[in-house]
Amino acid sequence: MAGRFDTLPGGGAAIALDEVEISILRSLAVQLMELIGPGDEPAADADPLAALFAEGPSEPPSDPALRRLFPDAYGDESEELRASAADFRRYTENDLRARKREDALVVVRGLDSLSGESAGEGGVVLKLTPDESRAWLGALNDLRLTIGTRLEVKDEESEQLYRLPDSDPRKPMVMAYLWLGALQESLVETLMA
Amino acid sequence: MSVAPIEIERTESAEEVSAVVEPDVPWVTLVHNDPVNLMSYVTYVFQSYFGYSKDKAHKLMLDVHEKGKAVVSAGTREEMERDVQAMHGYGLWATLSQDRF
Repeated sequence: MAGRFDTLPGGGAAIALDEVEISILRSLAVQLMELIGPGDEPAADADPLAALFAEGPSEPPSDPALRRLFPDAYGDESEELRASAADFRRYTENDLRARKREDALVVVRGLDSLSGESAGEGGVVLKLTPDESRAWLGALNDLRLTIGTRLEVKDEESEQLYRLPDSDPRKPMVMAYLWLGALQESLVETLMA
Repeated sequence: MSVAPIEIERTESAEEVSAVVEPDVPWVTLVHNDPVNLMSYVTYVFQSYFGYSKDKAHKLMLDVHEKGKAVVSAGTREEMERDVQAMHGYGLWATLSQDRF
């Protein structure tokens, strides 16, 4: 898995992906969408005006990965701050969930657009517009935050995590985490070029 | 490194505090260090969202990384709520607080 994003002349990015990489990325993006879920927002067929004024949750999610994706906007040192955090969450979390789902969906759609092409030796080439690049960047980051939270990645102990024996059940997830990091790093470079 | 935002210890009740807080005391957006976000990504976010120069964005990123948190913007409460919302959109861990210094 040595794939990396390169800058396309005229903007955007491209990467060669093989079938296994496509399948792993797609599966992770779908899992991310399922994790983010519809939350508390109204169903898609609800009255659009009512949906516009629907309030989100005021409590942080109980799942640690979701709590990392949707953190409190205020500290928790006082009742006043906790009330402000609850208000903020009520008015913003649904939007944020929708945006993160949309980013993951761009990833899935991009990968599905490759399905007609036959993967040669070097894999198929996925090309992203600048907008798609930004969506991918967001989704890759959300995936790393989610997996990093599950793996309990900490600055001090990460070294140990990266040297797990093959028999460790966390090993595949660590490999995916590192791979996503390399993908994200190369994609950031194309956007800063 | 998870560092809670700075909060001055105070003895007054919350109600008394809100009564005496000057409305024009600036608010700040704090970005907190976390072990997952890439340094290059955090720099990219500071450049693309705030429009900071590469040098300034890089220095702020290092502040976050080394000191555990850094003030990335200041302004009204509404402006800081917008910035925090944007940071959460990028997956950065951010909070806003009133700058009492």
